[in-house]
Amino acid sequence: MTLNGWIQILAYCGIVVLLVKPLGGYMHRVFNGDRTFLSPVLGPLERALYRISGTSEREEQHWMTYAAALLVFNLAGFLVLYFLQRLQGSLPLNPAGMTAVEPGLAFNTAASFMTNTNWQNYGGESTMSYLVQIAGLTVQNFLSAATGIAIAIALIRGFAKASGKSIGNFWVDMTRCTLYLLLPLCIVLTLVYVYLGVPQTLGAYINATTLEGAQQTIAVGPVASQVAIKMLGTNGGGFFNANAAHPFENPNAISNLIQMVTIFAIGAALTNVFGRMIGSQRQGWAILSAMGVLFIAGIAICYWAEAAGNPLVHALGIDGGNMEGKETRFGIALSALFAVITTAASCGAVNAMHDSFTALGGMIPIINMQLGEVIVGGVGAGLYGILMYIVIAVFVAGLMVGRTPEYLGKKIEAKEVKMAMLAILCLPLAMLIFTAIAVVLPTGVASIANAGPHGFSEVLYAYTSAAANNGSAFGGLTGNTPWYNITLGIGMLMGRFLVIIPALAIAGSLVAKKTVPASAGTFPTDGPLFVGLLVGVILIVGGLTFFPALAVGPIVEHLATISGQTF
Amino acid sequence: MSQSKSAVIMDARILGPAIGGAFRKLNPRTLSRNPVMFVVAVVSALTSVLFVKDLVTGGGDLGFSLQIIIWLWFTVLFANFAEAVAEGRGKAQADSLRKARTETQAKLLTGDDRTKFKLVPGTSLKVGDAVLVEAGDIIPSDGEVIEGVASVNEAAITGESAPVIRESGGDRSAVTGGTQVLSDWIRVRITAASGHTFLDRMISLVEGAARQKTPNEIALNILLVGMTLIFVLATATIPSFASYSGGYISVTVLVALFVTLIPTTIGALLSAIGIAGMDRLVRFNVLAMSGRAVEAAGDVDTLLLDKTGTITLGNRQATEFRPVKGVTEQELADAAQLASLADETPEGRSIVVLAKEKYGIRARDMATLHAAFVPFTAQTRMSGVDIDGSSIRKGAIDSVLAHVNQSISAGSGARPASDAVRDLQAIADEIGKSGGTPLAVERDGRLLGVVHLKDIVKGGIRERFAELRKMGIRTVMITGDNPMTAAAIAAEAGVDDFLAQATPEDKLKLIRDEQAKGKLVAMCGDGTNDAPALAQADVGVAMNTGTVAAREAGNMVDLDSDPTKLIEIVEIGKALLMTRGSLTTFSIANDVAKYFAIIPAMFAVFYVAPGQTSGPLQALNIMHLATPQSAILSAIIFNALIIIALIPLSLKGVKYRAIGAGALLSRNLLVYGLGGIIVPFVGIKLIDMIITAVGLA
Repeated sequence: MTLNGWIQILAYCGIVVLLVKPLGGYMHRVFNGDRTFLSPVLGPLERALYRISGTSEREEQHWMTYAAALLVFNLAGFLVLYFLQRLQGSLPLNPAGMTAVEPGLAFNTAASFMTNTNWQNYGGESTMSYLVQIAGLTVQNFLSAATGIAIAIALIRGFAKASGKSIGNFWVDMTRCTLYLLLPLCIVLTLVYVYLGVPQTLGAYINATTLEGAQQTIAVGPVASQVAIKMLGTNGGGFFNANAAHPFENPNAISNLIQMVTIFAIGAALTNVFGRMIGSQRQGWAILSAMGVLFIAGIAICYWAEAAGNPLVHALGIDGGNMEGKETRFGIALSALFAVITTAASCGAVNAMHDSFTALGGMIPIINMQLGEVIVGGVGAGLYGILMYIVIAVFVAGLMVGRTPEYLGKKIEAKEVKMAMLAILCLPLAMLIFTAIAVVLPTGVASIANAGPHGFSEVLYAYTSAAANNGSAFGGLTGNTPWYNITLGIGMLMGRFLVIIPALAIAGSLVAKKTVPASAGTFPTDGPLFVGLLVGVILIVGGLTFFPALAVGPIVEHLATISGQTF
Repeated sequence: MSQSKSAVIMDARILGPAIGGAFRKLNPRTLSRNPVMFVVAVVSALTSVLFVKDLVTGGGDLGFSLQIIIWLWFTVLFANFAEAVAEGRGKAQADSLRKARTETQAKLLTGDDRTKFKLVPGTSLKVGDAVLVEAGDIIPSDGEVIEGVASVNEAAITGESAPVIRESGGDRSAVTGGTQVLSDWIRVRITAASGHTFLDRMISLVEGAARQKTPNEIALNILLVGMTLIFVLATATIPSFASYSGGYISVTVLVALFVTLIPTTIGALLSAIGIAGMDRLVRFNVLAMSGRAVEAAGDVDTLLLDKTGTITLGNRQATEFRPVKGVTEQELADAAQLASLADETPEGRSIVVLAKEKYGIRARDMATLHAAFVPFTAQTRMSGVDIDGSSIRKGAIDSVLAHVNQSISAGSGARPASDAVRDLQAIADEIGKSGGTPLAVERDGRLLGVVHLKDIVKGGIRERFAELRKMGIRTVMITGDNPMTAAAIAAEAGVDDFLAQATPEDKLKLIRDEQAKGKLVAMCGDGTNDAPALAQADVGVAMNTGTVAAREAGNMVDLDSDPTKLIEIVEIGKALLMTRGSLTTFSIANDVAKYFAIIPAMFAVFYVAPGQTSGPLQALNIMHLATPQSAILSAIIFNALIIIALIPLSLKGVKYRAIGAGALLSRNLLVYGLGGIIVPFVGIKLIDMIITAVGLA
């Protein structure tokens, strides 16, 4: 590790923290329906949209109506994306003449983009037409992000509102999120990326003759716009197969920094929106602090492991850290940082190959995802994910001070505990069960590239990434097979909707409860004690489940490596 | 704390039967009430079947498997044992209560004439029947006194041997079946049928038979089931991981890992904690009608306390004599004493005491003085004495002034000097402002002065209220006094708020207002007019001396009829919740060490490099446990023994400390969270050393 590396890491953290308050304040106004500086331009458009769709801005929904609207909307998005892929051969905007995507892959991709996972079993430039990229993938990038944010806002309302029935209006939340937050930011970011050298064109791929005289096809396309939303909406699906390691997606250090900042920006600011909506920004900072502790711990281990390098390589007389699979543009510190950010949030964009990380360095991204991506997390998903852990933490801690547990004045009772446990349970269910089957099933094993524990890690990483809706791949594993296309797709759907429904149910249950005023008997949830408690609960309740799996994957690989054992 | 019954945690009389109880509770129907232990029993049965199969086919490491299986069953038995011990403590009490519920003959009245009755068995009585109970009779069932007054020995239910008075009308009309009338007779209307009496309810409550899971217990059970499911996933996927890694894990070992990981400690002790919580209240002579009420007590935000008897000593006491100008203190004290000699009210007695202590005026005999006592009536609002043509009266200022004016117009006295009246009123105002009650004294139409009667705030009550404030509980004093007096006493006692000139409607409204703000309210009461408020309050403690209506309305009954107990009830409720939370934390925190014991033991056979005896994961054996078998065995033994070790704590409860929620949480997190991580490391290592030394593994 170098001082320079740490300065870059801490500078990054500083920028994210500085953005929390202004962005949080703006988002708070947007979701409250207050006037913002964009209202003169977007207000008429927003109202026109409501008129056309017959939505009433003031009509709030019961949690079940909200959830039903969300499910119908997502199903529609899924079907559109599926059929766009299947029919792309006969649709316009297909200069490269791509043919229909086969059903398994189309299902996987549709599930992937609808759930904000953006796992890519396809190579973007070699499979998808421009139409699919623009009208299918990019549209879902916006909508899946807006869906996540809407759920978080609905859940916050459950805590913030003192006894009511409704948790907001799904259509209004979606419209405001897309119109006031995602679109304006993406327009600005797209222009910045274009300025930094990212292509943005609907023209055909470029055929070039190299100096040796060979013919080379250089893939281009509407890249900048997709890069903008894939980071901001923590989608992570690259335009190109190499994702943010590709020089057209991530040309230099500045674009790399902007991309890393935009991955965390909305997720971190949502903690502030939470604080503002419940009337105490300190509560939001406490949540962000717990996230921060886990983040710093993750980056410290990952950066240390990567900088320490591989003893087997050292034995060959090659000193230094582990540069395998990393871009020299970014180096070890920024590659490790990017890997931790992209898996802490549910982004999944990569600027280095995680498969090539050292065993421990590669374990951190896996753990980040297994914890449910609550370290800032996917837009919205991170906040509602950590709120599930908070329900559990507060329940146990509340008992320890001799009261029926309460958080922010809302009593945490059987229903909330049940729903939070369901949400927490669905992740190990999808991650471990599918991994367990895949590592003994011949079809599953056939896709594994490496022997021994590293091969195990590849499978574990794949299902972990799918169920956590991350979308980054360890690499090595051949994912585009019927088995993986279907099971990974199912994992993504489980990881998304088996968390969303309980989260909304909690919102509905909480919103109906009276707010109990705090007293000296209520333990403070905005101090270091609570932060420590929350971190402990996340690690023990969320993490211990995966200890056996990690032991036979990255941990045994690490121990074998240091003793010079190879497979 | 006036704990009237011994609080020995465990003694031989309870432990013996509890061992039998532990085996009886292996009944699947009983086990299924506790999901975590039910799962343990199921997997224990599974491994037992597999063991028998191995025994027949001759496969596997039989000695090792047998030991694991034995400890698995011990885990279940220990959990049952904990519950049986908790129940046993209640049973001992129930038995003594049962003795009171002997068959009695009741004198069923056939008409209004109390001499006409027929003898029927007590069990045949119906609600609404009227019975006669005379000196020496056992009251056959719960009822309300409709005629007469009697002294009753209620030792059978309260443990208090001093008899209490029960009379018709008023707030002391309830009688309890099984108690004995010592003197006089009463006519009682039966209010509870046989099998549904207070005593019956008490027996089933202390035995735990009527125990239902409380809301909080249900929520905790859901959490425990969730944790169990999570670890089902964690362990059920291991065989496949093992097969990929080129190894094999036996079912017995997997079951051992699973049982040590799921929260068996809290699962085993959960119902014992609940029973013990109720039991602590019973030992404290408070009877909760449901576990829900005990939990609610821990959550109370607002405590309504009656001034009289709770905050102040039962009665006002004379603290000084304030004569008007021209009268000496001695003269006033002498008159006041004479007027109070025959006054048996506590106020009257306190005047006699004050006159003696401060002015050395001895008690005189009324008869030798030829004195006739004039008792207090609601019309005159005065009492006094007539001695040889001279009359002394004491009473409320207005009444005495009116009396003086009247006797003047009747021509039997001199017109009182107007400055004496002014003086008297000035003194009275001053006393009133300080929270006291002025009592005017006159002799033969001449105003002498004022006796200052004062509410005496109980010693130490201010500190109790400060403690409650630290718990986050607001105290509200309820009194019939005027606001000025109430404010003065409230300030002296240190309550947070007061409700003056309170009517039952005011009380009810106050409770509803607090509840509308989301607060939980506790109160105690005894009168029939308290019943609506008792029913509305989240925790309503009825005094045992109270009326039937009050006892029915409350969700707790205090057998000692001591309203200050409300504070301890809150503490017991909090201790109950804290015990659950602390042991849950401990149980979950234990998993870290158990992983470090079992995972290396299970996985050390994977990827063994040529020339090595164990694989890379042996490095995780940070406790340096002797062998894989000893490691697994140590973990499962620790897991079972910790249940036994924690039974005393779960019965006694984690002590509540009024140090503020933040400090309390960090304290408990340190003890049960951090302790829960460290203790099993030490424990498992010790057990490993022992079983290795004796050659068990």
